[in-house]
Amino acid sequence: MPDSATAQGLRNEPLLVVEGLKTHFKLPLGMVKAVDGVDLTVDRGRTIGIVGESGSGKTVLARTIMRLNLGANVFTEGSVRYAGVDLLDVPNKKMREYWGAEMSMVFQDPMTSLNPVVRIGRQITEHLRHHLGLSKEEAKETALALLKEVRIPEAEARLSAYPHQLSGGMRQRVCIAIAIACGPRLLFADEPTTALDVTVQHQIMNVLAREQRERDMGMVLVTHDLGVVAGRTDDIAVMYAGKIVERASTKALFDDVKHPYTEALLRSIPRTSHLSHTRLAAIVGRPPDLINPPAGCSFSPRCAYAQDICFSEEPVLQEASPNHEFSCHFPVGSEPNREAFEKNVAKAMPQAVSIRRHEESLAQLGGEI
Amino acid sequence: MAGTGTAHLRDGDDILLRVEGLTVEFPAPGGNRVKAVSGISFDIKKGETLGLVGESGCGKSTTGRAIIQLPPPTAGSVQLNGDELTDLKGDSLRLRRTDIQMIFQDPISSLNPRRKIGKVVAEPLDVWGPASKEEKRAITDKLLEAVGIDPDLARDKRPHEFSGGQCQRISIARALVLDPSMLICDEPVSSLDVSVQAQILNLLGDLKVDYDLTLVFIAHDLAVVKNISDRVAVMYLGKMCEVAESNEMYSNPAHPYTSLLLGSVPEPDPDNEIDLEIVEEGDLPSPINPPSGCRFRTRCPRADEQCSAEEPQMVQIASDHFVACHHPLIEPQPMEVSLAND
Repeated sequence: MPDSATAQGLRNEPLLVVEGLKTHFKLPLGMVKAVDGVDLTVDRGRTIGIVGESGSGKTVLARTIMRLNLGANVFTEGSVRYAGVDLLDVPNKKMREYWGAEMSMVFQDPMTSLNPVVRIGRQITEHLRHHLGLSKEEAKETALALLKEVRIPEAEARLSAYPHQLSGGMRQRVCIAIAIACGPRLLFADEPTTALDVTVQHQIMNVLAREQRERDMGMVLVTHDLGVVAGRTDDIAVMYAGKIVERASTKALFDDVKHPYTEALLRSIPRTSHLSHTRLAAIVGRPPDLINPPAGCSFSPRCAYAQDICFSEEPVLQEASPNHEFSCHFPVGSEPNREAFEKNVAKAMPQAVSIRRHEESLAQLGGEI
Repeated sequence: MAGTGTAHLRDGDDILLRVEGLTVEFPAPGGNRVKAVSGISFDIKKGETLGLVGESGCGKSTTGRAIIQLPPPTAGSVQLNGDELTDLKGDSLRLRRTDIQMIFQDPISSLNPRRKIGKVVAEPLDVWGPASKEEKRAITDKLLEAVGIDPDLARDKRPHEFSGGQCQRISIARALVLDPSMLICDEPVSSLDVSVQAQILNLLGDLKVDYDLTLVFIAHDLAVVKNISDRVAVMYLGKMCEVAESNEMYSNPAHPYTSLLLGSVPEPDPDNEIDLEIVEEGDLPSPINPPSGCRFRTRCPRADEQCSAEEPQMVQIASDHFVACHHPLIEPQPMEVSLAND
């Protein structure tokens, strides 16, 4: 049992250490490099945000760590060490001891991740009985306590409800209750609030934060919205084209952005503090083809600062300060970056012009209010 | 409001759309009625963008659809340029409706997967447009170019060959092909990534100027609505809570519901204090049996007896700022002051 492994020693080792992880899918068109060399560490009780656009590989990364990418066309390389065990070597059948009990996941769409023809109560007790060996009554009591913990009103009545009888926010609460039922040490939340209203999003994120704190779980929050992770994570890793392009503590990332992609993601978010009709700095183009990624830096075709070197030479991760890494030839805030930007504006490169128009619009409208 | 009233309606010749007492109800099992929209009123000036915000189930999409009479509202009046749309039927309604076009939330499912893009965009022209093939092709190509899609590459492809953002561009091209005066956008960016969302919002802003459009922008994301709108209306459970010029609404929210919505917006700022205490389920009450008086009172921190007994009416609290609440967060100002601020 993985329990014994964690109980004995290993207290000093981080909960999860991912090294050189690659996940490639073989398709008729070629090899899709969905995750292409990712290092990641999650400590006990810490929350890590993984941020990127659709197709950046963030979901595949989370699923690979959980060992949920099944299929003959999936090729995985590297190591995922959880409590001293390399999960990539664990046979599928043995993974059942980890799922739910050691690590679990809250998915994006609460409707499709619940079984529509099974009552809520049984969907929770199923795990409790399997992993913890509880009796029927004990499991039911625990399920009730869990529903109350995630603040579902009239919890007793809800045990016998079907998923379609609940609202989206309530369903996501049920999913969280299921995920934390057996006391996992590591919780993945993959876009847990993308399908929900802002008010419900706020509640659900708070429920997750509370559970994470009280149970001292390690949490990995996967999202495309930097706004959601801003006040709720300890560290953030920004992914682009299957690689981590910037990683830092949340505060350092927002205060001292280094990678142009992180900066572009931040700038493209409309903010309530900006005046109405402020021109948005959209990121031009689309995420790259993961079968034939561009030469050099994978962000170069969309980058406002790209110069010749960016199209030929891939930048490596370098340290900006302790615990802040990025991979870019022209890091944001540096003198070469400013020069590169002016050159690109002079060349009327669309991505640079888009940022210039955003800046002008902010200045013209009076900026923040 | 969750209240009623028409104090926020404006006079003038430049009003393009005027909606009064709009009510939409659907039959529900057991002889009940789902009161999706209950007597809301608003108006839109030519060239203005009205943002409609609220949670799922507040009736914002139903309102958008009722404007184009899909389905016709249960009661109330919808006037486009002074013409009453609810009186029109059959061909005359269909013809008048070409002036209002709509784009939907899910760009991929709103395009027919079996048709080529050229056909999809040209279809409105097949019904109402010029007869000659060349003219149709010219109009289609011009619009595809305007939304940033290369017509030569796109014409013979099918929707699945495009990304979500590109499909939304194609939907916009199709909506503009009949040169409408009004475009109703129903959550056009909520299924898109932030980067693509910004592209589409900028595009809508540009097209609005180039094609002289008036927009109704329906969304649940308050930051998005603020960015694109001149005026914002907040809806809750089929009623209108607050209407104001957008910067005014966001800096001085008067309705407790608006304030709740604004407090829930995730701001990309790590120093932002997050109120971790908000964990209770604040579910919408059933629109079959909405609460008496103010419909928001069951979730409102300021609610008292007056709120359950009496429905609040729209009142003006500042210039171009109206709220339907018995206990607004800002006191109505004497009108001289607000005029001086103009």
